[in-house]
Amino acid sequence: MFKRKDLLGIQELSREEICFILDTAESFKEVLTRPIKKVPTLRGKTVINLFHEPSTRTRVSFEIAGKRLSADTINISPSASSLTKGESLKDMAKTLEAMNPDIIVIRHPIPGAPHFLAQKAKFAVINAGDGAHEHPTQALLDLLTIREHKGKIEGLKVAIVGDIIHSRVARSDIFALVKMGAAVKVVGPPTLIPPLIEKLGVVVEYNLERGIADCDVIILLRIQLERQNRLFFPSIREYSRLYGLTLAKLSKAQKDVLIMHPGPINRGIEIDPQVADAPFSLILDQVTNGLAVRMALLYLILGGES
Amino acid sequence: MKIIIQGGRVVDPANQTDGLFDVLIEDGKIKAVGKNLPVGQDVRLIDARGLLVTPGLIDMHVHLREPGREDKETIATGCAAAAAGGVTSLACMPNTSPVNDNKSVTEFILRRSREVDLVGVYPIGAISKGLRGEEMAEMAEIWEAGAVACSDDGRPVMNALLMRRALEYARLFDFPLISHCEDLNLSADGVVNEGYISTLTGLKGIPAAAEEVMVARDLLLAKMTKGRLHIAHVSTATSCALIRQAKQEGVQVTAEATPHHFSLTEDLVANFDPNTKVNPPLRTQADRQAVIEALADGTIDAIASDHAPHTLAEKEQEYDLAPFGIVGLETLLSVSLTNLYHTRKLDLLTLIAKLTVNPAKILNLPAGTLSVGSAADICLIDPEKRIVVDASRFYSKGRNTPFHGQELKGCVVMTLRAGRVVFPRDTAEAVAGER
Amino acid sequence: MEKEWRTIMTKEDIQSALRKMSRQILAEHSHLNDVALVGIRSKGVELARRLSMIIQELSGALLPIGAIDVTLYRDDIGGSSCKPVLKKTEINFPVTNKDIVLVDDVLYTGRTIRAALDALIDLGRPKTIKLAVLVDRGHRELPICANYIGLTVDTSQDESVKVTLEEAGEEDGVFILPHPEETRW
Repeated sequence: MFKRKDLLGIQELSREEICFILDTAESFKEVLTRPIKKVPTLRGKTVINLFHEPSTRTRVSFEIAGKRLSADTINISPSASSLTKGESLKDMAKTLEAMNPDIIVIRHPIPGAPHFLAQKAKFAVINAGDGAHEHPTQALLDLLTIREHKGKIEGLKVAIVGDIIHSRVARSDIFALVKMGAAVKVVGPPTLIPPLIEKLGVVVEYNLERGIADCDVIILLRIQLERQNRLFFPSIREYSRLYGLTLAKLSKAQKDVLIMHPGPINRGIEIDPQVADAPFSLILDQVTNGLAVRMALLYLILGGES
Repeated sequence: MKIIIQGGRVVDPANQTDGLFDVLIEDGKIKAVGKNLPVGQDVRLIDARGLLVTPGLIDMHVHLREPGREDKETIATGCAAAAAGGVTSLACMPNTSPVNDNKSVTEFILRRSREVDLVGVYPIGAISKGLRGEEMAEMAEIWEAGAVACSDDGRPVMNALLMRRALEYARLFDFPLISHCEDLNLSADGVVNEGYISTLTGLKGIPAAAEEVMVARDLLLAKMTKGRLHIAHVSTATSCALIRQAKQEGVQVTAEATPHHFSLTEDLVANFDPNTKVNPPLRTQADRQAVIEALADGTIDAIASDHAPHTLAEKEQEYDLAPFGIVGLETLLSVSLTNLYHTRKLDLLTLIAKLTVNPAKILNLPAGTLSVGSAADICLIDPEKRIVVDASRFYSKGRNTPFHGQELKGCVVMTLRAGRVVFPRDTAEAVAGER
Repeated sequence: MEKEWRTIMTKEDIQSALRKMSRQILAEHSHLNDVALVGIRSKGVELARRLSMIIQELSGALLPIGAIDVTLYRDDIGGSSCKPVLKKTEINFPVTNKDIVLVDDVLYTGRTIRAALDALIDLGRPKTIKLAVLVDRGHRELPICANYIGLTVDTSQDESVKVTLEEAGEEDGVFILPHPEETRW
């Protein structure tokens, strides 16, 4: 069962809670295939998407998820909004609280900001990505996608490739996959692998071919093009040559390997177009599953609230 | 007026005294320390049985914030916090607004602290003008005005040539340069120790090497220039090792550690409490233990609070946005007793030396001793009493401490400055009324 | 506790009740091609399956069966302390223009049926919807009544009615328990 007020990260979830969320999400997938894709469950509930960072994919996903459940969804981008301009997060929490929303979905560039918000306010908080810390709904949709295609997660070999150090997706995926019993390798140049990451239960591999050898699933991360200016690697060209996933390099992995990417993809940089568009690429399944996972979480957090 | 402090355990490292003695104070000075001092007429008796009687503590690393940021702290509130912490002399850092890089700011601080008249305040001037790290501040002028050291604390002197020249130039006054060791390129935008916790939380890391390369650089420059170097807030094992080695080689270097660095570790950061955000950051358990060892073997000479008050609004923010700093004046002694004395890492004489005579020697202060004839700056300590830290009751305006709510063992009972009780305050006021 | 259960239907009673209901369904539907059974999760689904088997035996017609989960249509979401577990709705045929027979184990307040009707109508526009229940225990809170009833029984609101089925690893039976339902739903 799921009895939390907030969803702040995968780190604090138990394996049982994760399974329960995935099962619930699976049930919601059926709703998405109906001619009328809307159910009345969260009528009268208000979901505010508070996005301190530009994001289309996650915000739209949460917005559709809320609307399919008949909740009222509102989007606020503090940088562009006079409602919150120059206001501290604490004051913003108070302002929002006065509007009596049921749930705040927050995306913020600073790790821990959702935790801060959750402490300051009565409404429920869902972390939609906090800096390089966590992106729990992404990890859950990744698990759902893997489970759907492989029938299980335990025992699978998963490689996470790219900019690990700056990636909240990597952290949440690592917490989630390790909890579910997958064997996780992180693959990238030494400058983009954070120190002591082995303590999270993963194996570090710098070489892409070795990293993806025998893998059942490869999760590619988006490379932030501005990182090269911060001395993490010499050039996008060199990064792409070493870590861009091509069909040739893929031949080292399992035959039925699955490719995932949280998007948006940099075609031709971390992923070759031939790989991105191949049938074993699940990038679009991930998007669909993201909706189901977010509907499940809104339902689980709001559905039984007294 | 005479005061006799009766029956306490006098711990005076300057004189290697540790025993049950009475202390006679006359005209604000120590008149005698001995057994069963005769009680004459018109003598106020202070019963110190069961208590420690030590020289008033010296905190050589304090941010008083005045002038400029009186919303964070003032000289008056900072001095009251010092008195409550048993501190009778403090040295305050120059990163005020305006920066203390000229005699008018130095003189202002001295004048204000004389008006406040609670504890001794010793200004530290800037090494570089405006703390910009570009050209040397007029050290002679600041020294003549009363500064006891120079430092760009809060920022490193990134330019090695400037640091070299400053170390050489400061030899003119036999006063130390206090170095905040941090390579800004390496620390980048870091907010926590780089390691497991930064990996776990995604908070940007400050590697231990950001401190260590600068410790190494400054030690080499001190060796070359024969200047006097003091390393502020040592926080890593390698820094300790570097300083230890330099001392063996005869480099004129001293060092301090803060209570939070020898008591807390990065693990505390995992809940994103901005009160754990401090520079240098809380490090690993191994670093913490190395700092304690360095305190025990004399590599680190002094304990200083790096008292860095901030407003509640500044600290009640997202971790990256909150400023660095922890308030420490009022927990300095209790945390030190709890984590160094009661854990049997340091004996009392060694511990009290790091809070009295050692910083006095580093900064050439006329304080830190109970020698006959010296000012009667005295701290009475109950070493066994358990207290729970309550930041809301601090005299300091700053409430930013990760020790809030922690139980500590040992606390300041009374503070005398030049023979006058400055803490507890009600007694202080009563005494002031008598005068 | 066990001793205080009062049996109101045995395995044989259930069997004959379902046969009676099957005959009534057959009697009222001349175009069997358009008839489909939709069970309400979870016991309604098992009962729908049994009805379908009996109907096949009696008429040779194999009626499609669907399963419907009404959780998302409940009117107590956000009001009760329990978070009902969501299960899948599986109706693998278009409901539009079908004669749907909705199947549930116990008819009580009528709220489940209201939710099921809403859920069904969101899936399409059935020609008719009829309701088959194994037990009608009264105490309706909405204007809903069943078309096919296995057993009508007088109950107090301080009691609850429990149906156990072999499919769930229990013995077939219907019992009255001397405590109120956990949810009035």
